[in-house]
Amino acid sequence: MSVSPRTAVADLPKGGSAPAGQPPRRPFWTRRRRDQLAGLAFITPQLLGSAVFVLLPIALVLRYSLYEWNVLAGDFHYTGGDNYTQLLDDANLPQVLKSTALFSVGLVVLNLGLALLLAVLLNQKLRGMTVFRTLFFSPVVVSLVAWTIVWGFLLQNNGGINGLLHTVGIDGPNWLRGEGTAMVSVIVVQVFKNVGLNMVLFLAALQGVPKELYEAARVDGAGAWVRFRSITLPLISPTILLTSVITIVGSLQVFAQIAVLTQGGPKLSTTVLVYYLYQQAFQFHHFGYGATLSILLLLIVLALTVLQWQMRKRWVFHES
Amino acid sequence: MSIRRGLATAAAAMSATLVLAACGGEGSGGDKGPVSLRMTVWTSNKPHLTLFNEIAAEYMKAHPEIKEIKFDPLPFESYSTALTTQMTGGNAPDLAWVFETDAVDFVSSGALVPLDDTLKQTSGYQYEDLIPSTTKLWKRDDKLYAYPFSTSPFGVFVNRDLLKQAGQKTPDELIKEGRWDWTTVLAEGAEVHRSTGKAGIVIRDFEYKEWSNAATFWGGWKAEPWSADGRTCTFDSAPMVDAMTTLHKGIFEDKAMPGPGESADFFTGDAAMTITQISRGALLDGVKFDWDLVPLPAGPGGDYSVIGQAGIGVVKRGGHTKEAKDFLAYFTNPQNAAKFAAYFPPPRDSLLTAENLAKTNPLLKTEQLESVVVNGVKKGVVKPGHAGQAELAQRVRAGLDPLWTPNADVKGVLGDLCKNISPLLEK
Repeated sequence: MSVSPRTAVADLPKGGSAPAGQPPRRPFWTRRRRDQLAGLAFITPQLLGSAVFVLLPIALVLRYSLYEWNVLAGDFHYTGGDNYTQLLDDANLPQVLKSTALFSVGLVVLNLGLALLLAVLLNQKLRGMTVFRTLFFSPVVVSLVAWTIVWGFLLQNNGGINGLLHTVGIDGPNWLRGEGTAMVSVIVVQVFKNVGLNMVLFLAALQGVPKELYEAARVDGAGAWVRFRSITLPLISPTILLTSVITIVGSLQVFAQIAVLTQGGPKLSTTVLVYYLYQQAFQFHHFGYGATLSILLLLIVLALTVLQWQMRKRWVFHES
Repeated sequence: MSIRRGLATAAAAMSATLVLAACGGEGSGGDKGPVSLRMTVWTSNKPHLTLFNEIAAEYMKAHPEIKEIKFDPLPFESYSTALTTQMTGGNAPDLAWVFETDAVDFVSSGALVPLDDTLKQTSGYQYEDLIPSTTKLWKRDDKLYAYPFSTSPFGVFVNRDLLKQAGQKTPDELIKEGRWDWTTVLAEGAEVHRSTGKAGIVIRDFEYKEWSNAATFWGGWKAEPWSADGRTCTFDSAPMVDAMTTLHKGIFEDKAMPGPGESADFFTGDAAMTITQISRGALLDGVKFDWDLVPLPAGPGGDYSVIGQAGIGVVKRGGHTKEAKDFLAYFTNPQNAAKFAAYFPPPRDSLLTAENLAKTNPLLKTEQLESVVVNGVKKGVVKPGHAGQAELAQRVRAGLDPLWTPNADVKGVLGDLCKNISPLLEK
C-alpha cells in the first residue's frame, strides 16, 4: 500500500516543526487523537439528535413549567412556582397517581407473568411451535390504534366478549363503563398487544441456559419446579430486569389505549398521568401546568429506573 | 489506514450534513409579495371542498395579492385540540372554523379579530340580513368575531317501517293527535325494543360522554346546565332533576334507549328514532326503509328546539388578518351563502326559507324543512357552551358517570356534580 501514514486531518495544523537542538516534538495528530476524533465524529449525529430532540425539549419543558401559557389569548407570562403550588394542591392528582400506579403494577405483573409462561410453554421442541410463536408475536406488529378500536367493539356491553359469556350463561359486566372493570380492560388490551415482545426476549434467554445444568440437576433429583426456580430464573434474571424496565417505563407512557377506549373515565378511574397532562395542556389550554405535570412524570420514571438499577445487585445473576 | 481515513471522512461528512440540515429549512419569511391564506375546516367531504375551492378561485382572479387559498381539513373528533396545537406551534391558520361549544373561549380570549367593520363596508354584503339569533353567540361588546356559516337544528329522524313493525303510531299521526311528546316517544321506544330487539330512540353522538348532546332531551323540561350568566350551576335544579330522572328511567327501566356501552346506528336500520342535526340527513342517501324527519318532541316545558352552530373566524396570529377578513367578506356574501345553503343552513333571513332550502336538500320535503329547520333556527337554543369549555366538559362528563348505572341516585349525583363544577363556573 502506498498510502501515506499521515491522514488528511493530520496535515491541517502546520508550523509545528520542532526548533533545532530540541528533541523532536511528538506530532499533535497522534493515532490516539485521530481515533478519538473519528469516534467523536461518528457519535456526533446521535449526540446532536439527542440534544435537539431530547435535551432541548426537556429544558424547554422545564422553562414552560414556570410560565402561564394560554394559547388562545396568546398570553405567556412568568408565574414562578405557581404551577408547582397548583401541582401540590391539585385535588385530582392523588386519584390520577393511583390510576397510574394501578395500571403500571397490573400491566407489569400480568405482562411479565404471561410472557414468561408463554415463553416456557413455547420453548419445547414440538411440531408447529413456530406457528404458535408467530401467533403470539403478531399483535406486536399490528397498529396500536386499530388493535384498540377492535377491542373497544369487543368490550362493549352488547359486544363480542359479553356475547361469548352469554352463551355459557354468564351475564358479563359493562367492561368499559364500570370503574373497576374499565381499568382491568385497558390493562388486558395492552398486555395482549405487547406480551409477544417480552415473550420473544424470554424465549431467547431460555434458549441461552446451558442444558448441562438441567441434566446435572436432574441427576441430583431436582424436580421441574426446583429446576425452574434454581436454574432458569437466576440465569434469565438479566432479561427479567431488562423487560421489567422496558415494561414499567412503557406503562407510564400509555396514552392511545386510554384515549380510544375510555377517555380517562368512568370518573377518573383510567385517567393516568400522561392522559391527564395531555388533557391539561392540549385540551384545557394550560400548557404551563401540563409542562409541570410532565416534569413530575420525568421524575417518577427516573426514580423508578434508578431504583430498579440499584436493586439489580440483589437479584440479578452474573452482573459484574 | 485508508479504511480508517475513509471512516473518519464519512463520519465528518455525516455530521456536516446534519448540521447543515439543522440550519437550513428556515422559511423565506418577511416577503411582501402575494400572500397565501389557510383556513382550517373539519369537513373533508369532497363536494364541500370543491365548492370552497371554486369560490376561492373566483376570488383570486380579481385579487392578485392572494397567491393561494388553502382549505385544510382536520379530523372532526380532535379538531379543537389540533387547531390550538397549531396555534401553539406558531402555525396558526389565517381563518378557522370554530365549534359552538368553543365559541365563548375563542370570542372572549382575543384569539379572533372583529369582523363587523369589514363586513358592513363590503358593498352588497347586506350585513343586516344576518339573523340576530344566529350571531348572538359570536358577539362580544356588540362586535362580531365569527360568521355563523352553519346553524343546524336538531330534529328526530324516524324509521317508519320499524315503528309500524312494532305496532306503534308514526310521528305524523302523533303530531296530528297532539301527542308528539317525550312520554309517548319513550313508551314507543320501549315497545320497539321489547318487540323487535332493536333500539327505540338514540341521541346520536351522546354515548354517555358527549353530554352536551343531551341538551336535546332536557330542553323539553326547559332545563339548563348553568345560569344565563354562566356563573351558577343548575344541574341540581328541579327541571334538570326531573328531566334526568325521566331519562334514567327511559334507559335503565323501560329500555327505550340503548344503555351505556351499547351502540345502535339509526341509518343502518338498528333504531326506530334518532335525534341528530339535519346536516346528518346526507346519511339517508340509499337507506332501504321509509323515513321521516320531525321536530323534537314536546316535554313538560312545552315545545323547544336546539341548534348546533359553527362559525368562521379570522385568527389574529395568522398574520394576514386584513387579507383574511376581505376574503371572508367575499366567501360569505349573499351569493356564496346561497351556495352554502346546500349543506349548511344559512344565517341570512332572505335565504332561510323552506322553498329555498328545498332546492338544495332534495331528500327533505318542504314541510320538514319548515318545521325543523326554519323554525328551529329562529327559535332554537344553542347547545351549551362556557368559557373554559374543554375542562368544564370533562368535569361534567366525569360527574355524570355515576348517573349511568342502573341504581343511581339521580338527585344526589347532580348535587355532587354542581359542587364539583361550581369553582370552575365562578372563575
